[in-house]
Amino acid sequence: MNVMVAERPQPAPTDERISSEVILKVDNITLSFGGVKAIQNVSFDVRRGEVRAIIGPNGAGKTSMLNCINGFYHPQDGTITYRGTPRKQMRPHIAATQGIARTFQNVALFRGMSTLDNIMSGRTLKMKTNLFWQMIRRGPAENEEIEHRKVVEEIIDFLEIQEIRRTPVGRLPYGLQKRVELGRALAMEPTLLLLDEPMAGMNLEEKRDMSRFIIDANEQLGTTICLIEHDMGVVMDLSDRVVVLDHGELIADGTPQEVQADQAVIDAYLGVAHE
Amino acid sequence: MDVLYQVFVDPFVQMGAMPDLLIQVIWEGFVSGILYALIALGFVLIFKASGIFNFAQGIMVVFGALSLVGLYELGVPAWLAIVLCIAIMFALAVTVERVVLRPLVNQPDIILFMATIGLNSFLIGFGESVFGGEPKTMITEQLGLPTGSTAVDVLGGRVIFQHLDIAAAVIAALMVAGLAIFFNKSKIGRALRAVADDHQAAMSVGITLQQIWVIVWFAAGIVALVTGIMWGARSDVSFALEIVALKALPVLILGGFTSIPGAIIGGLIIGISEKLAEFYWGPLVGGSIESWVPFFIALIFLWFRPQGLFGEKIIERI
Amino acid sequence: MLYREVGDLKTSYRADQAVLTITQERYGVFLLIAFMYLVVPLIADDFWLNTIIIPTLIFSLAALGLNLLLGYAGLISLGTGGFMGVGAYACYKLTSYFPDVNIVFLILVSGFFSAAIGVVFGLPSLRIKGFYLAVATLAAQFFLTWAFGRVAWLYNYNDSGAIDAVNRSLFGMPLTEPYGEPWFQYLVVLTIVIVLTIVAINLVRGRFGRAWMAIRDMDIAAELIGIRLLPTKLLAFAISSYYCGVAGAMLVFLSLGSAEVESFTILEASFPVLFMVIIGGLGSIIGSFLGAAFITVLPVLITTIPRVFEIDVEAATVEHLRFMIVGALIIFFLIVEPAGLARLWQLAREKLRLWPFPHD
Repeated sequence: MNVMVAERPQPAPTDERISSEVILKVDNITLSFGGVKAIQNVSFDVRRGEVRAIIGPNGAGKTSMLNCINGFYHPQDGTITYRGTPRKQMRPHIAATQGIARTFQNVALFRGMSTLDNIMSGRTLKMKTNLFWQMIRRGPAENEEIEHRKVVEEIIDFLEIQEIRRTPVGRLPYGLQKRVELGRALAMEPTLLLLDEPMAGMNLEEKRDMSRFIIDANEQLGTTICLIEHDMGVVMDLSDRVVVLDHGELIADGTPQEVQADQAVIDAYLGVAHE
Repeated sequence: MDVLYQVFVDPFVQMGAMPDLLIQVIWEGFVSGILYALIALGFVLIFKASGIFNFAQGIMVVFGALSLVGLYELGVPAWLAIVLCIAIMFALAVTVERVVLRPLVNQPDIILFMATIGLNSFLIGFGESVFGGEPKTMITEQLGLPTGSTAVDVLGGRVIFQHLDIAAAVIAALMVAGLAIFFNKSKIGRALRAVADDHQAAMSVGITLQQIWVIVWFAAGIVALVTGIMWGARSDVSFALEIVALKALPVLILGGFTSIPGAIIGGLIIGISEKLAEFYWGPLVGGSIESWVPFFIALIFLWFRPQGLFGEKIIERI
Repeated sequence: MLYREVGDLKTSYRADQAVLTITQERYGVFLLIAFMYLVVPLIADDFWLNTIIIPTLIFSLAALGLNLLLGYAGLISLGTGGFMGVGAYACYKLTSYFPDVNIVFLILVSGFFSAAIGVVFGLPSLRIKGFYLAVATLAAQFFLTWAFGRVAWLYNYNDSGAIDAVNRSLFGMPLTEPYGEPWFQYLVVLTIVIVLTIVAINLVRGRFGRAWMAIRDMDIAAELIGIRLLPTKLLAFAISSYYCGVAGAMLVFLSLGSAEVESFTILEASFPVLFMVIIGGLGSIIGSFLGAAFITVLPVLITTIPRVFEIDVEAATVEHLRFMIVGALIIFFLIVEPAGLARLWQLAREKLRLWPFPHD
């Protein structure tokens, strides 16, 4: 089933959008929970400026992989090299300060806060005024708040969620929540954006909108994107390169066309298209 | 230097110098530990089956004991008073289920926890207005509980065991055994364990959620009644017990919120270490340190094992 | 039609972010403050000031402190009484060491001692959450009440074990209880509470408030957007305890006149303040005031209403009824409106905004 989403031309070898610099490299990552091996010896890289998809059947270890990249899970073995610095384990705070932002499969928004506050919370690392000025508010604290509010409003315009600014996110429908979560991630002005099934549970129109946002984030803001996705149409149309995982192992790595034709991938996940 | 000696050496020297006293202190701690464990047991029953942390467990202990004494003072013979008390605890369970639990059935746990805090306050006021605020004496003899004591010569000295304390230990052991069998072997018991995990599955056994909650609160009420009787027999029955019941919290920390054996072991650890601390280290700082030592012990345990001794390791998944 | 925001459009983010966005509300609040400063001291008698208004203001501050910790940051604390006591005893010791220093200054300084103790007992929150953290704060509560009774240095080795407010003045007029005039004490308490409330509102609106709420709602996600958990939690403990400490100092020096350990126990202080926060509304600043007013006024209502019908109610019964009504009301509120009085207030405002139309 091929969903026609926003078409984009496939990157030429000298595409300026993607550089040859590798922004993230994972080597021989192994992750176990008790006796269960979630990820076995997986290695791949992500180039600055590209859209990298991670696909595979349920339980393949895709979310666990993202969790390792931003430091929530700690792999037993392997190295994560981000922006040139190799690490045995990533820490959430380091991931955040180094420019990694992320959305979650089950929408990890702050339910007690409004859309505006949620996205503003993404600006946390950029806000510097100290406790004293925060207590007084007038002056540096208020000015800083307004400055960041302007940025957040641009994101709100970009994602077309103006009407729900003040709504507590707990009351929003699932599709809009995912958009707000994307907004919060974008507010961090990340270098690398990890998206865990951003289209899950959306209808055709919502998927079109969401794809448009992701493409714009990648092209206009230069954000490198690594996304987990089940909808093969989206993967084909959005991504530059694809990693395929199955039962914790890497079974294919290449462009969408290469991967779609790969026999191992067809056997494990895609199946054969009926003409 | 002197302070270091006083804290780290002297108490142990004292322990060794008079081993019979040491055994006496340990025994005292053992007995109060059992009673803490019984209070904790009431918490565990309700938490295991419904996920609700019943802040009002302590006041239920007081309530049970006061009802018993109150009835006796009205002239009701002891055996009948017990039967009526059991009925009262049942009525309490039914009322709590209808008035507090049923309307709040889908709310998050923190809301239910706060509701039990409200229940706690209500029962304190209600109990005090019905029974009056002065301490009362438990009708120990009339209940057939043994009095008197036995002195045992040991290690060159003498240790005294109150018969009541021995009876308390035995009764507690019987109750724990009974509850363990009930939970593991009976159909209702299995349903109760299922309910904690999955309401739907439990209902498929043929018991409704409401019935389960009534049963569980009733069981906790019986435990509370027995605890109240034993506590009251050792010291008077008064609302001060309510605060003592808060000591069950460190017990739950150590033993976990869902483990019956954990409640016992936790209770014993807290009871014994509290008494040892009070007796051998208390005099250094003016005494009464047993009011906070159990909480610090729990705190230290929590630091190294945030899920308690017996609790399940919390793995958060996103 | 009186109270509306139609036509009252904001043209800047600054205006949009203000606390009082509806013009009528802004006037209303100014009027209220003017009323409290100018009118109340003239019309309220000593009974009202001493029994209702001053205690309500003081406990509002304590409730506000607990609300910052529990309602905004989601950290359960049962140690409110202990932290209030630290402020009170710190103030007492400060007045004995610095007899010439201004008492209001000392009251504000004693809050810092509470803050320090609060941070120490907040350290476990690094690894401990939820109910378990409540137990850690109980350790603080019981340890502190033990210390207040046993560490004789704290009450200057006097025989009674109680701390008495010493005679101190402000602007030449006696202030502390029982030497000061109630209306003067009221104005000082009112000012301190208003200033600290404004600080709380500012904090809650800014990055710290958002950080606390993020931790409350999902601390894992909070970490991943760069919020440092431990410093943020400790800040919540520090500020919350500061407020409780100042409240405790004011309680002794500007209201009761003297206090013992009993004033700061779990039953006398920690639970009542917790009830104020629950009934008033978690995570709401105005809720702290509503809850405090409710709990403080309740015993007075219980004694006064029957008197209208010429029924005498004895003190013990008042106590019992107080516990029963508070307990029942907590359960009632949790069933009907878990967000407490603050939410009811908000609903009333919204209805008023639309009046006389039934809906948007």
